[in-house]
Amino acid sequence: MRVDKMINLEINGIPVSVPAGTTILEAARKTGIEIPTLCFMKEKNEIGACRICVVEANEGRGYRIVTSCVYPVSEGMKVLTNSAKVQKARKTTLELMLSTHNKECLSCIRSTHCEFQKLCQEYGTDENAFSGFRPIYELDTTTAHLVRDNNKCILCRRCVAACREQFVSILGANDRGIDTNIGNAFGMSLVNTPCISCGQCTVVCPTGALTEKDDTPLVWAALADPTKKVIVQTAPAIRATLGEWFGMEPGTNVEGKMAAALRRLGFYRVFDTDAGADLTIVEEANELVERIQNGGVLPMITSCSPGWVKFCETYYGDLIPHLSTCKSPHQMLGAVIKSYWAQKEGIDPKDIVTVSVMPCVAKKFECKRDDQNAAGYPDVDIAITTRELGRMIERAGINFKALPNEEFDSPLSEDTGAAVIFGATGGVMEAALRTANDWLTGKDNTDIEFHGVRGTAGLKESEANFGGLKVKVAVASGAAAAKVVMDKLAAGNPDGWTFIEIMGCPGGCVNGGGQPYQPQWVRDTVDLKAVRAKALYDQDRGMTLRKSHESPFVKALYSEWYTEGFGKGEAHHALHTSYVKREKFVQE
Amino acid sequence: MVRSQVLICGGTGCTSSGSPKLQAEFEKQLELNGLSDEIKLVRTGCFGLCALGPVVIVYPDGTFYSRVEEKDVQEIVEEHLLKGRPVERLVYADTGEETAKAKVETALNETRFYKAQNRVVLRNCGVIDPENIDEYIAMDGYAALGKVLTEMTPEDVIKCISDSGLRGRGGGGFPTGRKWALCAPNKAPQKYVVCNADEGDPGAFMDRSVLEGDPHCIIEAMAIAGYAIGATKGFVYVRAEYPIAVKRLTIAIAQAREYGLLGKNIFDSGFDFDLQIRLGAGAFVCGEETALMTSIEGNRGEPRPRPPYPAVRGLYNSPTVENNVETFANVPQIILRGADWFASMGTERSKGTKVFALGGKIEHTGLVEIPMGTPLRTIIEDIGGGIPNGKKFKAVQTGGPSGGCIPNSLIDTEVDYDNLTAIGCMMGSGGMIVMDEDSCMVDMAKFFLNFTVDESCGKCTPCRVGTRRLMEILEKITSGKGELEDIDRLESLCQYIKENSLCGLGQTAPNPVLATIKFFRDEYVAHVVDKKCPAGVCKDLLTYVIDKEKCIGCGMCARNCPANAIARTDYTAPGHKLASFAIDAAKCIKCGACLANCKFKAISKQ
Repeated sequence: MRVDKMINLEINGIPVSVPAGTTILEAARKTGIEIPTLCFMKEKNEIGACRICVVEANEGRGYRIVTSCVYPVSEGMKVLTNSAKVQKARKTTLELMLSTHNKECLSCIRSTHCEFQKLCQEYGTDENAFSGFRPIYELDTTTAHLVRDNNKCILCRRCVAACREQFVSILGANDRGIDTNIGNAFGMSLVNTPCISCGQCTVVCPTGALTEKDDTPLVWAALADPTKKVIVQTAPAIRATLGEWFGMEPGTNVEGKMAAALRRLGFYRVFDTDAGADLTIVEEANELVERIQNGGVLPMITSCSPGWVKFCETYYGDLIPHLSTCKSPHQMLGAVIKSYWAQKEGIDPKDIVTVSVMPCVAKKFECKRDDQNAAGYPDVDIAITTRELGRMIERAGINFKALPNEEFDSPLSEDTGAAVIFGATGGVMEAALRTANDWLTGKDNTDIEFHGVRGTAGLKESEANFGGLKVKVAVASGAAAAKVVMDKLAAGNPDGWTFIEIMGCPGGCVNGGGQPYQPQWVRDTVDLKAVRAKALYDQDRGMTLRKSHESPFVKALYSEWYTEGFGKGEAHHALHTSYVKREKFVQE
Repeated sequence: MVRSQVLICGGTGCTSSGSPKLQAEFEKQLELNGLSDEIKLVRTGCFGLCALGPVVIVYPDGTFYSRVEEKDVQEIVEEHLLKGRPVERLVYADTGEETAKAKVETALNETRFYKAQNRVVLRNCGVIDPENIDEYIAMDGYAALGKVLTEMTPEDVIKCISDSGLRGRGGGGFPTGRKWALCAPNKAPQKYVVCNADEGDPGAFMDRSVLEGDPHCIIEAMAIAGYAIGATKGFVYVRAEYPIAVKRLTIAIAQAREYGLLGKNIFDSGFDFDLQIRLGAGAFVCGEETALMTSIEGNRGEPRPRPPYPAVRGLYNSPTVENNVETFANVPQIILRGADWFASMGTERSKGTKVFALGGKIEHTGLVEIPMGTPLRTIIEDIGGGIPNGKKFKAVQTGGPSGGCIPNSLIDTEVDYDNLTAIGCMMGSGGMIVMDEDSCMVDMAKFFLNFTVDESCGKCTPCRVGTRRLMEILEKITSGKGELEDIDRLESLCQYIKENSLCGLGQTAPNPVLATIKFFRDEYVAHVVDKKCPAGVCKDLLTYVIDKEKCIGCGMCARNCPANAIARTDYTAPGHKLASFAIDAAKCIKCGACLANCKFKAISKQ
């Protein structure tokens, strides 16, 4: 192992020793000082553009201003991170940014969660220090999933980096000077670009410039309508992240408080998308077996992630037949709510409003797709994100941390551990492997943890052994990893994969585009993907039922409703969908 | 046998003023007079005296014709080339020797324009046909590359360049030898040599002239640099707005490949080197080395933070040496004539010569090359021929929008890197814009700042927003709404932008403001306190006034006023027959048409 040369320096008079090549920013972290940043994303956006992280550094020729996020330490260097000069420089930078900013902070959707606002407060900025020309931009509201408001953009380009990390790269700078703005090529509207709706840009944006399209007014309106029964379901990943909105540690599982909060918001029933996840597994496993037995298109790829599905439709339209035709879990559950459950309860499905709380902004796009309305009504009427739910709970005055733990409503919440882990990359694969193993070996296997498909790596490959029958599988998360997989499929699947799980967001749903904000320094220092996933794996381990096909809800559904069996007749009609090949750019 | 050669300037300046037509006319007239076989026409690069173009020189006698028009060609051919009698009225002279005979006999190098110059970088410009590699070779072209590849190690080459004291001519003045030495030891599968020909300062055309007049010297120098640092690939990043330079460079690269001077195994030495041209779309920031490399890579031209420096991680993340055109143009001759020869020119820490593009309020707009250390006064008064129309010199701006102005009190400054830096200016790439007494220095600061405001790439906050806010304060001052505190605000914001910007463009953008405040603070104060523009430039602070005693009542002013702001009064001055006119200040748009049209000097601006 190579031993890095150590560099000794002083930060605010405190000696520190770090490996050569370390930046001042990272070295300062070792002394307990978090230098403020706006544009910096570790290993993703090291561009030194915003100038908030400036410090004074002396390398023997006097102190001068350098950007700590990209400036490497040197032997004997002396650094001042909070000198009067540094503070004045940061304050001026913030005030210059403010002079081009739409300062509607009182009502901004990001208020109190805004990294820019927090810094402006900390540095005592005068929001009128500079006045003068500021460009005015129209909002881009052309898509179902997000809103771009360049009047609040500070040009940190974290969205550009996030989009590039996803290998979509539709975002970049247009124009120059004070007119510089982030947008699509030639200023095209977002809806006409190959945006996959993953929403990773909304997670990294430090201000209110990029936000999910706020659908909470629709939910409030439905809740206020006495003629409607508003049914909510929450995705597996929400329980692992919602607590962060209320200041709880990342990785805290808040399933019980969440159910309590939803009930207090006035939802008629509080269901769990986990039930739909188990349903997805049995349908998908059945589809896979059929494809293997009937010479169907292989490898088969999961279709739970609408960001991934749109990526495939847009970039690999010729490979659409590889996609499982299964709807995603919340769409399946929505279809079941408006048919099976509605009939059981004696409610006309037209009076039902289904709301999904998702870790995802692409679900807003997915629920409006064609062929997602099994009962003649949309399977899901409104999809909101974890963040939108957080805001609703805040507005309703619900003291989230003090809530008791409550249960979901029966029966569309009976779930298994297999469904819980859907929220992490590899979870769907593991759930499918658990079911396939039992079905193919004809046994009730007890060794059910498939660690080869766990972990936060973008691309994982594994080989499952079903009592001698070996199947090669791959798990990809993030569109960049998806691209690697798809390029291999286009080249004839040289690795011989049979089944592939792909999620549009890196790390899967726990790191989805609709998940709570965390300041970038937390993202740079805490592996949120792993910490949040751990909450789900821990829950799985504590459950009695850990295989989807053992779900009492699934068993009841097929004996009472989808009596023709998996993937047949009404089950096929209600639980499967179709895809379209998409143009990358649509002429405006 | 060719008995005489006629060199016609084919630089951009003379091309614009009609040299291609001259060439066609010469061809026609030579043909008519049966001289086509005896007289050779050569289209060369820039001679430097662009203000008096198109220029033509006839060898062997060296008669230098300026401002030649198409209709003069017949006379030159019939009188000079056929009968041996130079056309005296077209011969250029500036030595004050006004007799016709003396004019013709004055050697070109004895003229005031050329006398103080020392053409090292421009030695072949205006001498050879840049589209003919043989002419370059005849001037010892590619001999330096041959010497390097056959007699010298890469270390020898770097030592020679280091010993010569050559510093980067693009603006920063970083020692070229050290730059190469920093890159040479870095191991990588591919290294690059990049030539920065993205000359963007307003009014600067040094690099363009070298590429147009002597493209092979750049190719040769880049190959030498490649050998020195271990690079086999090079890029020339040149502005697409320089079509002649691009064309000649393209031809030169093709010829060099044909002669085996680019490509595999050059001079049988085992050294491979080849070049590609990349066209820049004209963004000023692409002259910044990291932005230039980002642009070559196919991305939006934006600078990257340094370190890492290009010598470690440059183009395509590989070790790269980037020098500008003029820097490279010195290299072959340093190799051929030795480091000592080069170091013998110039001052203690600035060796060799520097090319300047003289422009603004000066008689001889054009290209001049002077030894480092030449006093500014020599450049402006002797070479440049002084200020036109008997006006007084006020200041000269060096370094373009990144530089500062040098006032009259410092006109004896000897021009080199350190002297200019010491007075708050910079050498820059060599633009030199002269201002006379009619120039308002606040307005000048606005002019140059406006350029950077417009050209800011928008990546970092201080440059993107800060320069715009500076500009707005200047506009406030020149519109008469300034307060004394605005001058402090300017200085404080300037200092912030200098220290906090990402790249050289932003770091130097406030220089024109800081330098004008430093040397012409009284003008700022006059704008702010007295609400007056002493030079009479800032319109909002001007009033045009008709002296009713001088006005004869002709009405020319009123007829030429586009705003109908001038009307006849009922006052008739003693001695005049007609009533005089007066300007309604509320209607006046301060265009100056009245002043320009008054033959009786009755109108003044105050």
